[in-house]
Amino acid sequence: MDAEPLRTDRVITDGAANLISRVEELAYELTIAEVMSRDPRAIAPGTKMGEVMETFREARISGAPVVANGELVGIVSLEDLIRALRESNIQAPVGEYMTRMVLTVKAHSPLIEALKVFEQRHVGRLPVVDDDNRLVGIITKGDITSGVMRALQYDYQEEEVRKYRARHLFEDIVSDRTSLTLRYKIAHGAFAQGGNASSHIKRALLRLGASPQIARRCGIAIYEAEMNLIIHATNGGMIRIEIEPHRILMEAIDDGPGIYDVEQAMQPGYSTAPDSIRELGFGAGMGLKNIQRCVDDMYIDSTPGRGTRLELRINMPPQESLGDAARKTGTTEERDDHTTNHRR
Amino acid sequence: MITLQTIVDELGLVVLTEARDFGAVTPASGYASDLLSCVMAGAQKRSVWVTLQAHANIVAVAALLDLSAIIITEGAMPDAASIARANQEGINLLSTPEPTYTVVGRLWELGLHTG
Repeated sequence: MDAEPLRTDRVITDGAANLISRVEELAYELTIAEVMSRDPRAIAPGTKMGEVMETFREARISGAPVVANGELVGIVSLEDLIRALRESNIQAPVGEYMTRMVLTVKAHSPLIEALKVFEQRHVGRLPVVDDDNRLVGIITKGDITSGVMRALQYDYQEEEVRKYRARHLFEDIVSDRTSLTLRYKIAHGAFAQGGNASSHIKRALLRLGASPQIARRCGIAIYEAEMNLIIHATNGGMIRIEIEPHRILMEAIDDGPGIYDVEQAMQPGYSTAPDSIRELGFGAGMGLKNIQRCVDDMYIDSTPGRGTRLELRINMPPQESLGDAARKTGTTEERDDHTTNHRR
Repeated sequence: MITLQTIVDELGLVVLTEARDFGAVTPASGYASDLLSCVMAGAQKRSVWVTLQAHANIVAVAALLDLSAIIITEGAMPDAASIARANQEGINLLSTPEPTYTVVGRLWELGLHTG
């Protein structure tokens, strides 16, 4: 029976692609000992084929290693049994029907070694031996599948636990109003670090259970604010994010040089960036416009010579608020109160 | 749907970052600009971005926008730190000596239109 080629032209989603590479990784990470069956049901060469049939039926297995004087001498499978049955010879000893040329794998080898043998030699099971060639177990393709599934399940649970913890932060800590504040110092001219704060914030929001759209909007807005501090602020500045289940407040503060004409700075294409910076692709005069597009409220307070404070706000609709409790109980009224209070 | 593998093969692109299963990456759209803020405003998720910028910041932009790959044109070469950062963020960096105009034309011919 020829196996279907493993890779076909079917469209693979990003999620599935991640899973495939994780399975590949696991083939190298897991050892054969971790997934093999430890009770190999060793059979003596003198055992009658009829007894082998009983053993297979009781243990629900389709093959077993044959061991004489503690040494592996062969392997007997369902096919051997069928041959004996067809020849009406079930009283014959196992030694007559077993396969003698036995391929083995080492217990401490990575799983990929067993996979390679299965792929090349078309065998159903492989005896597993230790460094002294003593039989310690047996491995089938089924063992590999369930071993990998167990490992994947474990990975999945780990990530879920992490996400669960972050997402429940807002419910686990009881207060009348809980918020999480993140602060990032941005140095002037630090182009190589540009985008670090925004990617950390985006990741934090996703962990906290924000929707990808909200995380993306925040990421873009913060990136532009971050780059403005790097390019324009004399002494760099500070980015401060306050996260609450129903809204995200973002602030970028610096102490100069200040914006002379905020309205002009808002015009698409207007920029005071020098040519050296434009050559790097910055200073397109789109930054503030981009920020405005991504947030619900934007406020600029700037005094030439003193500095600039940019305040941004994203409001999450009830179905997109962070934390599970808010979603379940749907405390919309309470949220509306907060918003109104703030506006006053 | 066109895969990143097809794009790499057809355009003879040099892969600068770690090899991945490009056959599993299916770009949704394309975008070309050298102005980062324009990319921020215009590039859609899972796009292929064509630019001649090669500094570390293009990686940050691509990561924030969840882009599929960056094709760096005219033989511009990112430094080792940028490539390391791209590997860390899972961004595919591809390089070609061709100018942006040619690359975009070829991508369009291959069926990668604006989504």
